[in-house]
Amino acid sequence: MSIIVPAPHPELAVGLDSPLTVLDLDGTRIANELLDPHLTDIDESALTTLYVDMVRVRRLDTEAFALTRQGHLVLWPPLLGQEAAQVGPARALAPQDWVFGSYREHGFALLRGADMAEFARIWKAFAHGGWDPHEIRMAPSQIIIGAQTLHGTGYAMAAKMDGADEVALTTFGDGATSEGDVNEALVWASAFQAPVVFLCQNNQYAISEPVAVQSGVPLALRPTGFGIPSLRVDGNDVLAMHAAARIAFDRARSGGGPTFIEAVTYRRGPHTTTDDPKRYRDEAEMEAWIAKDPIDRVERALTRMGANMEAVRAEAKIRADQLAKEFRAAAEHAEPPTADAIFDHVYAQPTKRLERQRLEHRAFLASIEGDR
Amino acid sequence: MSETLTLAKAVNAALSDALEGDDRVLLMGEDIGKLGGVFRVTDGLQARFGPQRVIDSPLAESAIIGTAIGMSYRGFRVVAEIQFDGFIYPAFDQIVAQVAKLRYRSRGRVAMPLTIRVPYGGAIGSVEHHSESPESYFAHTAGLRVVTASTPQEAYSTLRAAIASDDPVLFFEPKGKYYSKGEVDRSIVRDLETANVVASGRDVTIAAYGPTVETALRAAIAAADEGIEVEVIDLRAISPLDVDTVVASVRRTGRLVVTHEAPAESSVSSELIASVAERAFPFLEAAPERVTGYDSPYPPSAVEHDYLPSLDRLLDAVDRTLGRRNSRTGLDDPSALAPATTGAAR
Repeated sequence: MSIIVPAPHPELAVGLDSPLTVLDLDGTRIANELLDPHLTDIDESALTTLYVDMVRVRRLDTEAFALTRQGHLVLWPPLLGQEAAQVGPARALAPQDWVFGSYREHGFALLRGADMAEFARIWKAFAHGGWDPHEIRMAPSQIIIGAQTLHGTGYAMAAKMDGADEVALTTFGDGATSEGDVNEALVWASAFQAPVVFLCQNNQYAISEPVAVQSGVPLALRPTGFGIPSLRVDGNDVLAMHAAARIAFDRARSGGGPTFIEAVTYRRGPHTTTDDPKRYRDEAEMEAWIAKDPIDRVERALTRMGANMEAVRAEAKIRADQLAKEFRAAAEHAEPPTADAIFDHVYAQPTKRLERQRLEHRAFLASIEGDR
Repeated sequence: MSETLTLAKAVNAALSDALEGDDRVLLMGEDIGKLGGVFRVTDGLQARFGPQRVIDSPLAESAIIGTAIGMSYRGFRVVAEIQFDGFIYPAFDQIVAQVAKLRYRSRGRVAMPLTIRVPYGGAIGSVEHHSESPESYFAHTAGLRVVTASTPQEAYSTLRAAIASDDPVLFFEPKGKYYSKGEVDRSIVRDLETANVVASGRDVTIAAYGPTVETALRAAIAAADEGIEVEVIDLRAISPLDVDTVVASVRRTGRLVVTHEAPAESSVSSELIASVAERAFPFLEAAPERVTGYDSPYPPSAVEHDYLPSLDRLLDAVDRTLGRRNSRTGLDDPSALAPATTGAAR
């Protein structure tokens, strides 16, 4: 079905008045003629999977937050509240697809299969990268805001050149939409009709700055100026996010080019463990977002479907605790890198100059052995 | 077997042979396709290899590099063109924070076999932003290789090496020499980190690269008329620098002049002279000298001949290292060259 008709904006954008939702806060299904056809196979079992995923992601997030407070990690950017915005699209990806994300994509990392022991090393400042990008088909996390959108677009262009059945998903925050790189990525994706999906997790804040500082119009309206169709979706509704991602991926896979998804959500935690949101936002606004909690909503939906919630919760807890235990062990017992790691992997072909510095440093360390 | 080519045609031949030899090689840049590049360096390549492999890109330097990174993840070897030296800065983050660091950040799992071609340097009588020498910004960044070429042969062989390298390489092409001709033997293989001794001599070493190599060779010929033997080294690689070759030369000559078009401050000459001081200090017979662009922005080209290293400025520096009469004779007190006041701007 042809849902998105390329036309001058704002006709290219859907959900500008109200983000697309299929799950009401009380768990009842809201009919949506755009999304529903993409959810016909989501039965109780499939919804349970999404539920367990979100519980595990949240558990990983809270465990890591605690580990940082306890001094086992140096920093953590929490995603509390954004579980659905990541799990919904992550579960719509095909194994061969690639993810190019920022530093807050713990849900994507987990569901792509990142090794938790390696993942923990990033946030212990033991390593810059935390998984094998080619193995899990997810680029190293990106701290420079928006830079990864160009990488995702280039990957998609290359996949198209190769005739590969692959889609690149690039995900970023509301603040990133102000970056030149994101706007250039939209230009290129449109010009080359690249099979790339732009997922903007609009969590309302770029550190302290509310989204109104970045844009006077809904973020989902922006891409329409580039000729890219756009979906504005309730980012706390895992089913709506799953369906929107399926629409975008199908479109990319069938040669329809790029799609932009704005996931309207909320970062309930601080920007990172060093941030203090009390300085810039009213804690009262949190209440409204806690009421829209992505996990509670699915619990209610599952209950309405007749699921044995006690058993589902117990199963989810076992798996989440297992994950937390594994992550804690990795964080507590990781082996720090040696000084030699400074010099590794700078070049494919090591240079004389750097190898000389490696030897000089080794000699220096040997000279003070016993002194420290 | 060799052929006579201009430097621009030698670059074209290297690109053409690389495209021919490896179907994962592709070219991307502004105006490189139908037009053949603003200097016609890529002339005919799109017609021969198609618009999929010689891509006319939208006008966005950061995106040229950023999307080339994405293509590298899929195993393409992208040769990206930045149209002019002065246009590279919008791509600075993607080059310095991304291209340079992805191998390190992924602990060797992500390769960035990217080549970034940059026509650079002055003496073309152009307007602002078209004559700069920004190589030091990139030489300062770990993970990048930065190379230049001084002749058509060097351009051909070094560019082939750059494209074949699994490391990201910035290839600075001396656009003022695009139309100089020379013999090119396509079978000559060059690496990305060895300097060439292009003239031998016992008295003074001149280290040059890119467009200044020719000036240095002319200085060697002129000095020979006065019985001074100048050894000329074409550094070729700016990062990593081949300090060994320069040190070996300075151990024999005891005197060093470094020349480039880029400004002196925190430049290749800064690095080279510091390295030589560290490793050959006892062999130096005189303070090293440098002949470079001044520490001003690139000037209006009406006066670029005063800004750029010239034959006479090089010979003057050679004279200084030898204690011969030179432009600063009688001005040996450094304060004599200092402005009387620093108060008023002019």
